Amino acid sequence: MFLTPVVPHRPFYNLDTMFVRGLKRKCFDGEEDIEGTLAGIKAIPSYNLQRQSLLDMSLVKLQLCHMLVEPNLCRSVLIANTVRQIQEEMTQDGTWQMINTQSTGQASLDRLVSTDILCRSSREQAEGKHVPGYGTFSKDFEGDQAQDSSETMSTASSVQAPRNLQSDVWEMENPQENKGNFQKSLDQIFETLENKSPNSVEDLFSEVDNSYYDLDTMLTGMMSNTKMGHCDGLETFSSPTTTTSNSNCKSDLNELDHIVEILVES
Amino acid sequence: MSHKQVGAPPGESAVDWCLYQLNGAAEFEVSEADIISTVEFNHTGELLATGDKGGRVVIFQREPESKNEPYNQGEYNVYSTFQSHEPEFDYLKSLEIEEKINKIKWLPQQNAAHSLLSTNDKTIKLWKITERDKRPEGYNLKDEEGKLKDLSTVTSLQVPVLKPMDLMVEVTPRRIFANGHTYHVNSISVNSDCETYMSADDLRINLWHLAITDRSFNIVDIKPANMEDLTEVITASEFHPHHCNLFVYSSSKGSLRLCDMRASALCDKHSKLYEEPEDPSNRSFFSEIISSVSDVKFSHSGRYMLTRDYLTVKVWDLNMETKPVETYQVHDYLRSKLCSLYENDCIFDKFECAWNGSDSVIMTGAYNNFFRMFDRNTKRDVTLEASRESSKPRAILKPRRVCVGGKRRKDDISVDSLDFTKKILHTAWHPTENIIAIAATNNLYIFQDKVNSEMH
Repeated sequence: MFLTPVVPHRPFYNLDTMFVRGLKRKCFDGEEDIEGTLAGIKAIPSYNLQRQSLLDMSLVKLQLCHMLVEPNLCRSVLIANTVRQIQEEMTQDGTWQMINTQSTGQASLDRLVSTDILCRSSREQAEGKHVPGYGTFSKDFEGDQAQDSSETMSTASSVQAPRNLQSDVWEMENPQENKGNFQKSLDQIFETLENKSPNSVEDLFSEVDNSYYDLDTMLTGMMSNTKMGHCDGLETFSSPTTTTSNSNCKSDLNELDHIVEILVES
Repeated sequence: MSHKQVGAPPGESAVDWCLYQLNGAAEFEVSEADIISTVEFNHTGELLATGDKGGRVVIFQREPESKNEPYNQGEYNVYSTFQSHEPEFDYLKSLEIEEKINKIKWLPQQNAAHSLLSTNDKTIKLWKITERDKRPEGYNLKDEEGKLKDLSTVTSLQVPVLKPMDLMVEVTPRRIFANGHTYHVNSISVNSDCETYMSADDLRINLWHLAITDRSFNIVDIKPANMEDLTEVITASEFHPHHCNLFVYSSSKGSLRLCDMRASALCDKHSKLYEEPEDPSNRSFFSEIISSVSDVKFSHSGRYMLTRDYLTVKVWDLNMETKPVETYQVHDYLRSKLCSLYENDCIFDKFECAWNGSDSVIMTGAYNNFFRMFDRNTKRDVTLEASRESSKPRAILKPRRVCVGGKRRKDDISVDSLDFTKKILHTAWHPTENIIAIAATNNLYIFQDKVNSEMH
């Protein structure tokens, strides 16, 4: 059919030309100019860093995009294709092998899981809980999977991960399962909010160790989705299913009103 | 390069664009619901419809020319406003369905009433717009307010007569085409047969009959058996203006497929595939994203197709599948900024494009409230701005220029000063005259050719 392969025909890009042309100076616009072929060779680590940064950014975007409203499928597909391109290039480069040899298949799954650290409460992070929220892939690996996740924040994913990520990101075909997954994701968001009743999106992320990620990037990824206000509605919708020992009665009542409001308006 | 040559028919004087009217609140009063999400002229240009994020449709009507009020000629006044779509909640997926109007398409007028289709992400609705300017008076049994008369007071028989009344515009929903789409509807297109129309979402295209709401035919389905294999989605589609069996759809990989409904019931196999091989010297991780086609429009003649991707507009000849016949750079200075634009999601912005009535000029929007016009004959182009500051009523629009370093003229704007939150995504061109409607956030600008407006 018309599904054309993404893999470029040439195994390597001409890094020199790229830097001379400024094509790859993407994430660091405004930084010092890299001139000349010699500088191009010196800049190779910088290229890898940029590429890694682009990969991280893309994975963050994919994770964030299905939190509140139904994700924009076109955007998700384009980002996922970008991730795949980077991963394929890294495989050809040999840089992918390097990362893979550091871990078993199981551990690399955990690394992917750890990208959704954004939705975990700090308590969960400390416990190193396995987060089921973003995973139809968790279902796939259920039989042989240890339920702990590594503390590393590396986002290098296994070759299989983009495929699983894809199915996870836009697999809306199984509504029950996805509702369950989404419900769990909401629970996580809710739990995070429970801890300190934040009023803004910034508070949601403030407890997260974001030293690896640029907070702006995360929020920018978030900004493309509409209606932050609806976060309230969705949280309260899931609240009856979450048992929280430290919730106070007042907030329960407000949430109840909120639920009724939503049900009535719908 | 003089902008004045853009749009001028050969041998005639140039087109000077001037602001004719501006509708919408000042920018500090914007609420998200007021953001205009689609603009569409009807087939005569008499009516102009806009849809917004809040699910409302506003229809403007052009004032007829009259010698009595020469300065009000051709003004578009609000004709009707109605709530087309409401927000919904999909309980099965625990997700909201936005009420934002994605597209409006007018049906060709067949009687005194006007009809249009409006759609959000999931549901298409057919609306009928009728005028009432007379009402019956002089009933025998009822009085003016409709209360029953005391029969003893009725002494003679009268025939009710129609008396003029203030014009009332009534909008009624005639059909609701629901539950046809699992994914988000991105385009609708009315067939030239005036009986059917199609709606396209990310993975499927459905054919509907305008009178039948409980079923539709699926004519394109690109959903893979395994969703993990999904790498391409449908981004836009349109019926051919004259051949009721032909339609085109564009994809996120930058290809166009022309399909013939006579060939088979399921048009997964295209009749023609239009694809330009990518330029290896420009290859980057963003190549695919910027090649994604955000809009496709047939020319009025039906001989060409216009596509918009992130950095260019392209004209394709239906007879040539290997490459476009014309390519115009909209804002090539963004090519070195793609990473930043990817980071802030601007790279996913979907710009629309438009033909003028004679297919000689094409138009599309850009950032900083700029919009661009390309004259296919003279090969000249112009950048204009839709903003309150730079548009005084009836003053001719001054062409704008973006400088990329090097020499900078006065009034030039540098690439780094561009406001990427001010994007002109939706534009429309009057079917026959030099009148354009530009949507800038919550504001609707209508520009006219100065010569055009002075003549009336």
